[in-house]
Amino acid sequence: MNNNWLLRVRNLTKIYGEATPGVLERTGPKFDTNICSKTGAVVAVNNISFDLYPGEVLGVVGESGSGKSTLVQMLYFDQEVTAGEVNFKPVEEGNVNLFELSNQKKRYIRNHLMGMVYQNPRDGLNFRFTSGGNIAEKLLMANVFHVGKIRIRGADLLTKTEVPIQRMDESPARFSGGMQQRVQIAKAIANKPPLLLLDEVTSGLDVSVQAKVLDLIRGLQQDLGVSMIVVSHDLGVIRMLTDRTMVLKHGQIVEQGLTDQILQDPQHGYTQLLVSSLL
Amino acid sequence: MIEDLKFQHSFNYAYIDEFTKKEIRRKTLKAVCIPGYQVPYSSPEMPISRGWGTGGLHLTLSLVGPDDVLKVIDQGSDASVNACNLRLFIKEMSNCAVTYDTAEATLIQTRHRVPEEILTEKQILVLQVPQPEVLRGVERHEAKTRIMHGEADYAKIWVTLYEAYVRSGTLRNGAGHPIMVNGRYVATPSPIPSWDVPNLNMARCLYLFGAGREKRIHCIPPFTCVEPLEFEDIRFKVEEFVGVRCATSGHDKAFMDQVYADDLSSSYVINDSNFLDKLRKGPRPPQKLFTNPE
Repeated sequence: MNNNWLLRVRNLTKIYGEATPGVLERTGPKFDTNICSKTGAVVAVNNISFDLYPGEVLGVVGESGSGKSTLVQMLYFDQEVTAGEVNFKPVEEGNVNLFELSNQKKRYIRNHLMGMVYQNPRDGLNFRFTSGGNIAEKLLMANVFHVGKIRIRGADLLTKTEVPIQRMDESPARFSGGMQQRVQIAKAIANKPPLLLLDEVTSGLDVSVQAKVLDLIRGLQQDLGVSMIVVSHDLGVIRMLTDRTMVLKHGQIVEQGLTDQILQDPQHGYTQLLVSSLL
Repeated sequence: MIEDLKFQHSFNYAYIDEFTKKEIRRKTLKAVCIPGYQVPYSSPEMPISRGWGTGGLHLTLSLVGPDDVLKVIDQGSDASVNACNLRLFIKEMSNCAVTYDTAEATLIQTRHRVPEEILTEKQILVLQVPQPEVLRGVERHEAKTRIMHGEADYAKIWVTLYEAYVRSGTLRNGAGHPIMVNGRYVATPSPIPSWDVPNLNMARCLYLFGAGREKRIHCIPPFTCVEPLEFEDIRFKVEEFVGVRCATSGHDKAFMDQVYADDLSSSYVINDSNFLDKLRKGPRPPQKLFTNPE
């Protein structure tokens, strides 16, 4: 057994509605639905287990409604879990289940040890603050109470993500979609977190901007060596960014392995469908 | 007949009925026990509308007795319409003594100013607060702000200070600079000028804050550490009146009002009316002065 994992997820489950016994067995790809036939409960994520290793980029693909976003939102404490366990190496050497910690401790982990980039920049950024202020928020959460240092770090991050520093003191509401996404990335990496969660970062951006954002993420990954979980329905994004991929359907993993392998030689019928419908 | 019964009785002592007064006192005690924490309370109906000093009035009326000496100030002045009416109302309802003299008063109700003169352990200062929630500007949901206070999650209020500095080169955002009370809760000292904020720190008197419309009481007990929020490199500063003297008394080192004449020329007058009166009559009353950091 390899024990140098960074993040270990075991039996992660999210049920919307009544969590009656047997609800997990009545849903999934086998039944071609994630709605329980008896109670009508929706099983968004069904008993998912995986390990993530330091420096690794893990892709999560699946069609909409397969539970991809719920999965990362639970890891970022945006959503309550129904059941499951997550261990994270930087927290008490990985010996404690993150979901059993106090809210204060969870917030500490969110602010210091994780970064999240949402599909919609409005979820990750506060449009009432300037873009510099948004980055400052993350630094202030980590108790950096020195304006000079905050400004230098903010300018540094915005340079790295190719946002013109002259626009540091402008609200991201006045930026283009691609720029907003890059500000969001700058905010997410402000505290140099060991884990970055990317939820459909390029959806809604035009192709040339998509390429720029992906390029940026890949560059950051190489420079900083962060581990990432990349959620996308776009196999192009998965191919470009990830080392390993999980394919989700109706809340369950139907196939996982090296990204190249999965794209070249898909085993599961659903994955074959996904790959063949690639434009 | 109901009307007849209603007018057979005069009002209860100090206007509010005893049960409600008891409730307000209990909430006040809770606020004293948890400095800076906003305690919800009943905020009963008053003969003035909520948001016009009812919070202060509730606190004053729940505390006042016939032996008390009352002073009411509105933005430093004993003579404003608001102050006069509230003073008259409280006096009629409680039969207490009233005064203009800050040192003589046992109970002082004030709006948007703390007196210049140092208050003692025998005095209580009641402030009328329009908005007790310091986080309201950054989070409009009450449920969320309560969680933020519970978890001491104050990054957003720090960002507003950062942005104020980026925009204007100073931390000061008018009145009501956010304060950290007893190292735990961030609170707003009601919109008092920054000049008054250092007066809250390690004071000998009790500061009570009542927000009638928002139905909250919070408190700074005597000898409580109150620090204005400031950055390591950008420090909190009070208003500076450089080269300015009071046109009436010739004194400086007090919070000044700029007064315009008809020909648009302006002069400065000390804002605290009783302090100004005392300066004109005799020696300067004891005063706590704050020196701005370089």
